[in-house]
Formats: sequence, C-alpha cells, structure tokens
Amino acid sequence: MSEPRSAPPKKHWSWRSQAFRALVYQVLAVAVIALTALYLAHNTATNMAARGIQSGWDFLGGSAGFDIGESIIAFDSSEPYWRAFLVGMSNTLRVAVLGIVLTTILGTLIGVGRFSRNALVRGLCICYVEFFRNMPVLLQLLMWYLLFTEVLPVSTEAWQLGPFFLSKGGLNFPIPVWATGQVMAAWGLVVGLVLAWFYRGHAQRRFEATGQARSTVLAPLALALACSVLGWALGGAPTALDRPVQGEFAIENGGALTPEFMALLLGLTVYTAAFVAEVVRGGIQSVALGQSEAASALGLNRAQTMRLVMLPQALRVIIPPMTNQFLNLTKNSSLAVAIGYPDVVSIANTAINQTGRSVECIAIIMLVYLSTSLFTSVLMNWYNARAAITER
Amino acid sequence: MNLKKLPTLLAAVVALGAIALPAHAGKTVDAIKARGQVLCGVHTGLAGFSAADSNGKWTGIDVDICRAVAAATLGDGEKVKYVPLVAQSRFAALQSGEIDVLSRNTTFTLTRDASMGLSQTAVVYYDGQGFMVPVKNKIKSAKQLKGQTVCVQSGTTTEKNLTDFSKANGLNIKPVVFEKLDAVEGAYFSGRCVAYTTDASGLASVRNKSAKNPADHLILPELISKEPLGPMVRRGDDEWAAIVKWTVYGLLEAEEYGITAANVDDLKANSKDPVVGRILGSTEDTGKLLGLEKDWLARAVKTTGNYGEIFERNVGPKSALQLPRGLNNLWNKGGIQYAPPIR
Repeated sequence: MSEPRSAPPKKHWSWRSQAFRALVYQVLAVAVIALTALYLAHNTATNMAARGIQSGWDFLGGSAGFDIGESIIAFDSSEPYWRAFLVGMSNTLRVAVLGIVLTTILGTLIGVGRFSRNALVRGLCICYVEFFRNMPVLLQLLMWYLLFTEVLPVSTEAWQLGPFFLSKGGLNFPIPVWATGQVMAAWGLVVGLVLAWFYRGHAQRRFEATGQARSTVLAPLALALACSVLGWALGGAPTALDRPVQGEFAIENGGALTPEFMALLLGLTVYTAAFVAEVVRGGIQSVALGQSEAASALGLNRAQTMRLVMLPQALRVIIPPMTNQFLNLTKNSSLAVAIGYPDVVSIANTAINQTGRSVECIAIIMLVYLSTSLFTSVLMNWYNARAAITER
Repeated sequence: MNLKKLPTLLAAVVALGAIALPAHAGKTVDAIKARGQVLCGVHTGLAGFSAADSNGKWTGIDVDICRAVAAATLGDGEKVKYVPLVAQSRFAALQSGEIDVLSRNTTFTLTRDASMGLSQTAVVYYDGQGFMVPVKNKIKSAKQLKGQTVCVQSGTTTEKNLTDFSKANGLNIKPVVFEKLDAVEGAYFSGRCVAYTTDASGLASVRNKSAKNPADHLILPELISKEPLGPMVRRGDDEWAAIVKWTVYGLLEAEEYGITAANVDDLKANSKDPVVGRILGSTEDTGKLLGLEKDWLARAVKTTGNYGEIFERNVGPKSALQLPRGLNNLWNKGGIQYAPPIR
C-alpha cells in the first residue's frame, strides 16, 4: 500500500504503476466489503419481512412501560425507550468510570508493592495478583454478590454503624439535604480548584527559578477545600441530613448503594486491578536500574524516587497496555446482568422482549460499547502522546 | 443475556440473513417427516412444565404437548428433540428455524402475535402473574409492597405487568432484574428482595423445588395479569400451525368425551358414539385434512393421555405442585377450557 517516499511518485494511469495498482486494489477491497455488508443487511431485512418480523427504530420513541431498579438520572416507566437506554448507558458508565478510577489506584499500589523491601507486603501483592487474575471474572462477580446477599443480615436486622446501615438491601447512608449552603460549597470548590491550579503553576515556576521546592499537592488541595468550606459557611452552614431510617421491611430514606452495584464495582475493580498491577510492575522494571541509583545518589528518598523518577519514565510503557485494561473493564461490565444490575445490556434484554426488535437492540448495545471504547482509546492516546518522550 | 450470550443471538440473526426463503408453506411438516423428529423448544427447568430428570428424561405439561404433537405427526411420542431455551433466545430460536414449535410457558400477546413473526396456537394453561413473599414478613396483600424491591426474571412479560401494577396502585416498587431463573431464586430466597413475582404456576413450581421449607412462603391471592400460556410456531406455515393447534384442541376434546390413555384403544375399536369415532379416526378421516394419518389424535391421547390426565400428572392437586384446576377446567365443569369441535 505505501511505497518508500524517496522519490515523488509519478502519476501513471497504467498497470505498470505501483501506485495505480495499489489504488485499484484498495478500491476493490472496500467495494467487496461494502457489497457484502449491503447484501447481508438486505437479505436480513427481506427475510425478516417475509417472516412477518417487524423492524425499524420507531419503537425508540414509544413508551417503555417498565421500571428500572436504580438509575442516576430520573426515569419513569411512561418515558420512551430511548430514555430507558440512556439510563442503562448511564448505569454502565457509572460503574465503568468509578471502576477505572478505583482499579488504577488499587492496581498501582499493588504493582508498586511488589518492589517493597518488606517481604510480607511483596508476598501479599504476589498472592493477590495470582489469585484474582486466574479466576474467571463472572465467578468473582457471583462470589461477591453471594457474599452480599447471603452473609449480610436482612434489612430488618441491618448492621448499624452511626447513621450507616449495611444489609442485604445494600449500604444506606445519610445524604445532605440540598440547600443554598451546598450550592455555595460546590461553587467554592470550583473557585478553589482554579486558585489551586494557578498556585501550582506559580510554585513550579518558582522552583525552576530559585530551586525552592514547595508542596505541589497538599497546599493546593488545602486551598480547594478551604474555599469549599468557606462557601458552605457563607451559605449559612446547613447541617440538615437525610438520614436512613429502619422501615417496616427495609431501610428507607437517605442515599443507598444496592448490593448489585457494589458487587459489580468490587468484582470488576478487584479483577482488573490484578492485571493493572502487572502492567505497572512491567513498566517500572523497564526503567533502567541506573535511574534509581542515580536518584539515590542525588539524595532522593525511596518514595521520591518512585514518584519523581521511576513512575514518570515507566508511564510510557504503562499507558498503552493500561488502555486495554480500561476497555476490558468497561466491556466486562456487561456481565452485570448475571447479578441483576440494570446496565445497558439488561435494558436491551428487556426491550428485546417487549418489542421483539432484536437486531436493533443488539445494534444499540454494539454502538454503546464501540463508542465508549473508542472514546476511552482517544483519551488514552492523547494522554500517551503527552507522556511520550519529547524528542528534541 | 450478557455479552457471552450474544453469539447465540447473533448466530440466529445471521441465520435469518443467510437462509433462503421457504418455497411454499407447509415446509415445516415436510422437514419434520424427513428428519423423523420434532424440534421442540422448552424451558431449561421449570418443574411441572418442562424439566429433565437425572436420566435426561423430560417431563411436564409443555413437554407432554411436544410429545402429543410428535405422536400426531410422526406416530411416536418419543420422536422429539428437546431444545432447552432461556427466555431471551426463545423467539430468535423459533424465528430462525432452530426449533419447530415453542412449548415453553409462553404468554400470548398482541405484540408477539402481530410483529415478531410468531403464530400463537391454542392456550394450554390459563395463568396469571402473582407474588410470593416469606410468611414471616406478614404481608397479606401485594398492595403492602410500597417502595419495596421485587425480584423478576428478564425476558418475560412480568416486568411490564409489575410496572403497570406498581403504577396503578402508586406503589413505586423497585424491580431487581436477573437473567437466569437460578439467579432470581437465589436472590429471593437469600432475602435480597421482599417479594418474587412471576406467573402463579411458576411461583408454585419454584416454591416446591427450591424453598427449604415450602410452607415458609406464601403466594399472595392477587393475580395482577392474564397470562394465557401455549405453544407458538413460526408465522407463515399455516399447515403446521393447524396441526399444533388441533392437537391441543384434540386433547381437550378427548377429555370432554372421556377418552383416556387407558381406554383409547378399546373405544377406537368398539365405540358406537359418532363423535368419539370422528375424534379417534375410526369413522371419519380428519387426519387427511391436516395432512396426517387417520388415527393421529388416538395416537396422541395414547401417548400422553387427555388434557385432564396431563394436568393431573404434572401440576394437579395430587402432583408436587398441587395447583388447583381452576380456570383450566373444561367449560362444562366451571373452567374456561373450551375447544372447537373436531369435525
């Protein structure tokens, strides 16, 4: 397809030109693929019509008619199918995004832990990786779910710790009643983050100019928090909480995490973290030993060596395989249906049964995972390009 | 269905795209006769309806319908290949030709009849959706389930019925939807949900099979929906649809006229009743009209017994499920099972 670009290619419209032949082959290949796809689509449509199976996307506008157990966006059964799919997608994304964040933290800790000087920490990390990455993820999900639903007490005899309740019904916790104070706190946090950003830039410039090291983590964090608290205080410092209370058959009011969600999040995080740990370990090992020796010679302690010297260099090796792990986690979240979490596959399942539009619903599932995965890839590739060695 | 299950559905979808159209209606019967077997889609395991024992022998009402159809079509009730199907893949299996008849406690609805390439035949079991709750919670009516979690299996009509009921009564019930029957049962019996909802017959089956002590669980009196269950066939093959439909009607007619597995041979040879003669093919040949042998219905009754016998054996008061005959009694005995005449 691509010829060496040593000489500018000449344009010949003849078979003797390699460029022309390459072009013809490419056009032919694309045409064959397109025609095959078209043939399959047409044949499916014809056969479905002949068998009296209705198809089309009109059902998306019709009222869904079924409830969804949990969602972060409000949903009512009289709303249309596309809203139901949106709820399913938001549930998938909720578990995927949280899972990616948690799995990165846990995996990195365990990966770094394998270089610990403490034999016990090292051994535990090895055991963790070998145990969790060698068991099928579906089994792990079922195991966590079973733990939640079998071991925990029923809702009427929930374990209580202060305002927190833990039972088969899930984790119930108090949530602040949304008022002016909370709005002000949120705005305070935004202002604080902007200030922290400027402070960090300032500290960095000062360090480069004078060599005086200032905290680039704790001080900005404190700044952001302080602004938030200030906002809350200005808003009248409201302390009203919506507390969970013991109802007749279940815990009522307050916020709640269902056992389905917790089992799924925990299962995916713990499983994927084992792989992430190995990726991190490989990345760190790829950095030449001389680097850490040089860092020690400069007087950096072990934590500083890891944070300032090893990890930044290891990142170049870590990021590409990490993308794979993030994609795996997102796609594995489709196993949610086994433990009753209403993700997009579960919603599509129900939709298929209510409307009979299997082809359309499966196309939607594919589209959701494809676009989520592509978006993740694009983000990670951008980050990869940023972390790559800048050649001068 | 999780993504692992997608290949099955995809295969069905691709099969829809790849197979050529049947040249004429009635191809199903030709294929069955050539194959020497009826491919019957059944439940993966619902005691009383379709379940396999440790020797791989299938029993249940739905299974008996398969056997009766095979006896009528091929002359031998054992010439059935059972294809266990989960709720989500059952229609795809029928649409793509993987099975000839779907006899899997499936509800007849307008959507399924009109838009999914399916053809509903005759109602085998009149059911309704109910709730099961642990006795210790002291719930006496489904209307006490306000704001509670209820376990449901996906891929069925139950989710929508539950929502309708919840909405109509302002209950705000939270469904927890599982793909597999085992998973719903596990979640309910472990106490994850306050109630379990599905067809009342299904609840009885689950209570009998999976509860540690069946008496600890109560099936609430309210039935919140109509669930006429029966076999479905592919749309567009009227000959085959007629055979399945009239086999069910025939079993009902046999009960109405007192023909049982035990006396069918005797009646066929000696009965002077013209109706019995017509049903059993000793006088008129109704089989020819369906493209079957003359004694098609006699063979079906000989294999499975009449409808009443099938009911008693699998789910009736003397079986493990102990379901009352109720709506499923004959029309002249207080029920609504009314078969058109075999004539």
